[in-house]
Amino acid sequence: MKPTDQTMTPAASFWNDTGRSGIASWIFSTDHKRIGLLYFFSVFGFFLVGVVLGLLIRIELMAPGRTIMGPQTYNALFTVHGVVMVFLFIIPGFQGSFGNLIMPIQIGARDVAFPRLNLFSWWLYMAGAAIILTSLFTGGGPPDTGWTFYLPFSGRTGTNVSLAVFGVFVVGFSSIATGVNFVTTIHRLRAEGMTWGRLPLFVWSLYATAWVQILATPILGITLVLIIAERLLGTGLFDPGRGGDPLMYQHLFWIYSHPAVYIMILPAMGVISEIIPVFARKPVFGYKMIAFSSLAIAAAGSLVWGHHMFTSGMSDTAVLVFSFLTFVVAIPSAIKVFNWVSTLYKGSISLEAPMLFSLSFIFLFSIGGLTGLIQGAAATDIHVHDTQFVVGHFHYVIFGGSGFAFFAAMHYWLPKFYGRRYAEKPAIIAWALMSVGFNILYFSMIVLGLEGMPRRYYDYLPEFAPLNLVSTIGSWILASGLVLLLVNLVRGLRSGERVGKNPWGAATLEWSIPTPPPTENFEEEPVVTHGPYDYRGAGIP
Amino acid sequence: MSHQTRKDPAGAKLGMWLFLFTELFLFGGLFLLYGVYLARYHREFAAAGREMHLGFGTANTVILITSSLLAAMAVTAIQRSGRRLVLYLLGGTVLCGAVFLFNKYLEWSDEIGHGIYPGSPRLAAGPPGESVFYSLYYLTVGLHGLHVLIGGTLLAVVAARVGRGTIHAGDFAWLENGALYWHLVDLVWIFIFPLYYLVL
Repeated sequence: MKPTDQTMTPAASFWNDTGRSGIASWIFSTDHKRIGLLYFFSVFGFFLVGVVLGLLIRIELMAPGRTIMGPQTYNALFTVHGVVMVFLFIIPGFQGSFGNLIMPIQIGARDVAFPRLNLFSWWLYMAGAAIILTSLFTGGGPPDTGWTFYLPFSGRTGTNVSLAVFGVFVVGFSSIATGVNFVTTIHRLRAEGMTWGRLPLFVWSLYATAWVQILATPILGITLVLIIAERLLGTGLFDPGRGGDPLMYQHLFWIYSHPAVYIMILPAMGVISEIIPVFARKPVFGYKMIAFSSLAIAAAGSLVWGHHMFTSGMSDTAVLVFSFLTFVVAIPSAIKVFNWVSTLYKGSISLEAPMLFSLSFIFLFSIGGLTGLIQGAAATDIHVHDTQFVVGHFHYVIFGGSGFAFFAAMHYWLPKFYGRRYAEKPAIIAWALMSVGFNILYFSMIVLGLEGMPRRYYDYLPEFAPLNLVSTIGSWILASGLVLLLVNLVRGLRSGERVGKNPWGAATLEWSIPTPPPTENFEEEPVVTHGPYDYRGAGIP
Repeated sequence: MSHQTRKDPAGAKLGMWLFLFTELFLFGGLFLLYGVYLARYHREFAAAGREMHLGFGTANTVILITSSLLAAMAVTAIQRSGRRLVLYLLGGTVLCGAVFLFNKYLEWSDEIGHGIYPGSPRLAAGPPGESVFYSLYYLTVGLHGLHVLIGGTLLAVVAARVGRGTIHAGDFAWLENGALYWHLVDLVWIFIFPLYYLVL
């Protein structure tokens, strides 16, 4: 599509209009767009670190026996891969970057409710990340417990667990601050006419996510404090030798960490709900149900943590209840998927990069969700528990789902802030490479798990060798697609074709202001007169 | 940066309430553990609970409730009376917090003097339920004490700003939020006191 009108002169945009200069104009800025970009580059940097670690894990598993590293290094590597990807990339990812960049504009606000708290939460995030990185190179070496820090092992291992856990605690604080900020912003700062029924679906999803952040993260906080107390004071609260119960640790950990997967996936679903109607040229099908299902997923998803413990020794009643509740979450998730597909039906579909990544999202997320039900059912879970099946499943949801939605958001929204766009053809090639590589990489894991290969093991039986090799080759295809995506985006945003106000012809508010946006977003306070997917009122060319 | 957001006291208060929810859940994790372990070790919990210093606990409860009253009065005072009364009331609140911590220090030194602390040889030799009880006690009360310290510091900062006049009858969101935080600290203690000192 061609730019529809004149690009704004750069001097008036948020890139230039600031009192400070150089790096200080970024790291001390309270402008939500600058903080959004700070978040974007930090979380994406950590994503790349996590990718490299993941590739190393796959190379080690390429063939049976030792390939490139010893067992201790391998244990540390999958732990750090998990910690970096979960706590430093995907949990803060959407809220911090695209939430900050887009949400205030979409509701017609000049900024978030607490701009200084917003900046503080980025600082907290960076401090936590720095502490986690320090833990890798000091003390007894990088933690080797897995990202779940299960006690009693994490209470005894000589590696640097305490410091890593403290880093995660600090990052959790940052997450709470963002959640508080977003809920307040959405309640208090909506423009005139921006009723709850006109809220873009991305904002609805951020709203649901923010509540999960507020209500679940403190439980993680106290759990992490208890790990540190266990290691430093020897409290023994989870040590069966001293009257404690390790299962209690698992309960506390998953009371947070299961809802946390909805922190990862809900905003991703919001992104998809924005992109699909725009590229299908149709109002979204079932607006109210998509909005409601975000809240339903957040609520129901907070009650299902016990399904991580089916084989840990819970009562049969508890297993039954958690199994049922886990199935309940599938209902609002399916509502979303069916509504996206219904939006596509008889749409005038334009297959550009954001749309292609969104379609991949629906496909990969569906596989991830359906394999989730196999683990949600207690009987089948006993067969696949702690196998590669689980690894395959959650990578389908978190990487195939959230990750691909993140890439879709990058192609969809970043041109708005840079004023330039990427080249279309390489973006499509990158999308194809990534989609194909992804399925080769992770579907192999699902099959390996069904055949009985455990997760996290350093070595495996020879009969698992062929599929492991296939999986590793898939990881290289995926990585090459990612490199292409990055090169194309960076080149495009630096020197690509200029875009106008509304290159995609969308109806949400962020496309009604100049590109790149001015510092205060709106010259005068907007008055909203139509819904976010009502394209007739959007002034589309 | 020319970035002015207009004052929104209702928004500030909403944000504070949301944050206080997270604090409740933080302590909630410890109360959850208390419930589970009480069901498992009710006899040991009862025995250990009777050893607690009821005097210290009661005194601290009275002190904290008084401080909460003073904090609430400070919020009313800034709207109705002069700056001086607000400063007196806030000073009283912070002083109560300090006395509370001093009492806690005396109580803990006594207990630690008797060999009661997490991982101590005496507890290791005793029944496991007793060791769990004291570990939970030290963690919960310690975390609460940390909150008293944070709340006291916050109110001291608020008092300084009242003194400088940046918090006044027209804009006292900071004072109100500081007082809300202090009420939370009080409220959490209202749960800790019966659970550890009274009901067992």
